[in-house]
Amino acid sequence: MKPRHKRALMIVAALAVIGVAALLILNALNSNIALYVTPSEVAAGKAPQGQAFRIGGMVKDGSLKRDGLTVHFVITDLVKDIPVAYTGILPDLFKEGKGAVIQGRMNANGEFIASEVLAKHDENYMPPEAKHALEQAQKNGTSK
Amino acid sequence: MIPEFGHYALTLALCVALIQGVLPLVGAHYGRRELLVLARPAAQTVFLLLAIAFGILAWSFYANDFSVLYVAEHSNSQLPVVYRFGAVWGGHEGSLLLWIFLLSTWTILVSQLSKALDEFMVARVIGVLGLITSGLLLFVLTTSNPFERLLPAAQDGRSLNPLLQDPGLVFHPPMLYMGYVGFSVAFAFAIASLLSGRLDAAWARWSRPWTTAAWVFLTLGIALGSWWAYYELGWGGWWFWDPVENASFIPWLVGTALLHSLAVTEKRGGFKSWTVLLAITAFSLSLLGTFLVRSGVLTSVHAFATDPRRGIFILIFLSLVVGSSLVLYAWRAPKNTLGGKFSLSSRETFILLGNVFLVVSAGSVLLGTLYPLLIDALHLGKISVGPPYFNSVFVPIMIPLLVLMGIGPWTSWKNTDLLTVIKRLWLAGLIAVFAGIAIPFIMGQFTWLAGLGFLLAFWLIASGCLQVIRQMKIGKPTRSFIGMQVAHLGIAIFVIGVTMVGAYQEEKDVRMFTGETVTVGGYQIQLMGIEVVPGPNYQAIRGTFSLTKNGNSQAFLHPEKRSYFSSTMPMTEAAINTSLTRDIYVSLGEELGDKAWAVRVYYKPFVDWIWGGCLFMALGGVLAMSDKRYRLKLKRVAA
Repeated sequence: MKPRHKRALMIVAALAVIGVAALLILNALNSNIALYVTPSEVAAGKAPQGQAFRIGGMVKDGSLKRDGLTVHFVITDLVKDIPVAYTGILPDLFKEGKGAVIQGRMNANGEFIASEVLAKHDENYMPPEAKHALEQAQKNGTSK
Repeated sequence: MIPEFGHYALTLALCVALIQGVLPLVGAHYGRRELLVLARPAAQTVFLLLAIAFGILAWSFYANDFSVLYVAEHSNSQLPVVYRFGAVWGGHEGSLLLWIFLLSTWTILVSQLSKALDEFMVARVIGVLGLITSGLLLFVLTTSNPFERLLPAAQDGRSLNPLLQDPGLVFHPPMLYMGYVGFSVAFAFAIASLLSGRLDAAWARWSRPWTTAAWVFLTLGIALGSWWAYYELGWGGWWFWDPVENASFIPWLVGTALLHSLAVTEKRGGFKSWTVLLAITAFSLSLLGTFLVRSGVLTSVHAFATDPRRGIFILIFLSLVVGSSLVLYAWRAPKNTLGGKFSLSSRETFILLGNVFLVVSAGSVLLGTLYPLLIDALHLGKISVGPPYFNSVFVPIMIPLLVLMGIGPWTSWKNTDLLTVIKRLWLAGLIAVFAGIAIPFIMGQFTWLAGLGFLLAFWLIASGCLQVIRQMKIGKPTRSFIGMQVAHLGIAIFVIGVTMVGAYQEEKDVRMFTGETVTVGGYQIQLMGIEVVPGPNYQAIRGTFSLTKNGNSQAFLHPEKRSYFSSTMPMTEAAINTSLTRDIYVSLGEELGDKAWAVRVYYKPFVDWIWGGCLFMALGGVLAMSDKRYRLKLKRVAA
């Protein structure tokens, strides 16, 4: 085989690998992305239907209730409240009045069924998505 | 007064680093020997000044000098001494100082161990490293001075984040940074050779052990971080595809490609441009990682409160480094890219293919990490890319790579008869298929993914064993050869661990009363009691669990829930019972009322093989570095 052909073949092989990887990436990006939504957006019906998404906000004071391993609480941007249910052990930094990010889906009763609760590892730190939700809500509230 | 000396030492270090960065490069360009000889003393001075600065910061921590803002923010008079030392790099300013100090350590090592190398090359390498040092020192002095005063001094410090009060803090960051920063040496060698136009086998031979050393540190650093997250975060996972983990893993993937590509350049003089490009990429990705972690643009476990000015500075620095080295590359890189002639069935081809897979996988991880940032920057909304993305992209790319890994070492340079290779390898294939079917059935459940995992792992093990046997017949194997086999065996061990955990782990979140028993993986775990115990700077609620199998008592487990006095944040300390074939992992959740506790119980088969595999990889790297052909050079240095 001529060197020129050899090089062409190698480039084709490399492109094939990249092509397959690109297909995998596109496919995975399509089905494995979670959109961040603020509680106000959820209340306005802007949350994706039948798909997992994330809500950032604050855990409302006094909203935490336990029922065996299942916890019910309310996540809020201080304008709209969204009830949440989660079964399992909460992270250490999950607290009423603190920021949190949760991932899951809405059920038919308008309750958010969380599959994952994320809290950060520094008590002085607010998740940017939670902060964003609060700021958004405040901005809309004052402009109205 | 003492912290001011630290600040002064840093300023002085910046001046000397500028001399180290500029004059030797100018001297090498114009052939002025009197400028070249400045390189080594300048590097030594910078190292000394940085050691002084670093020592002073450590002393401020030791002496509880809360008039230093950084100390007041990250330490506390009750903090045990060992964590006061670790707290030196427990925050942004100190970890950057550590970064620079380690960069200077690498520089000094290169300057001391390269006396056999021609002086123009050494001067250029030290010069490039000096420029990087100056850039980062400027960064520290302008945006993140660790010696900033807090006046009036605080009564006591705010204390270290309880998560960081762990031996992991003492080892993980220095190890990881040693690896990150180590790629700067490969980068400096690549830039120096582009500047001199001497991209030859000698260059590859020189940069190879340095690259391997950096890779070994990075491997250990990542493994330590993963292990730390596993036992400390209380989640029991070993990898989360967290952006910061990715930031260290992407350079690792490119660094692994670089190691293999350097082998071709050294042995066959091929792939020169590609190797240089990989060296530039590996270091740029290390810098990018620093940018991602330190700028706060990413949401991650490492994202502590940050300052946007820093991000902009690193971004500018990053573009300067990447931009100028790529321009230099475009201008000076040799045009004949493939080097010596080789046929399609040769070791060169296999290494090249492996490189393609590694680089493509690095690219896909990078894409998943940066995608949310990109979408956010374009105002298309806020999204998160989770572990399922990475698993469904990364794993399929690794499968063909592992298949290739079993064949590649059998091929020879230039040309190989593939039929002969197949004749020698059919037994390995048979063993692999057998293991892929048998082990899942022994474990009690067959899944295709588990079968594939064991097949690949045993394919590597069998291929390696057959090769070692063959090599022993021919003659004494070299250290490089043993190193390669050990590192590849490490991959196989790692794959076994990942497959076992992925397919057969059991995780249970349960509500338990004292005296109640829960069963995982054939083990009974009974809650014996819960009590309050004091610690040095915290109070803990400690559970006692007994672990039994078939009525035989195995051990007692003591998970804790700690409340630190200086913080409102509770901390979960998991209790882990480890053996070669499984971990039993128990952690306490919160009290649920009626004296019931939420308890998390995991059975993790072969989980320690994941980190064991990494240890083998690192050991392989060390063996390869100690090969005779590099030592000969060292002996000449000694003589």
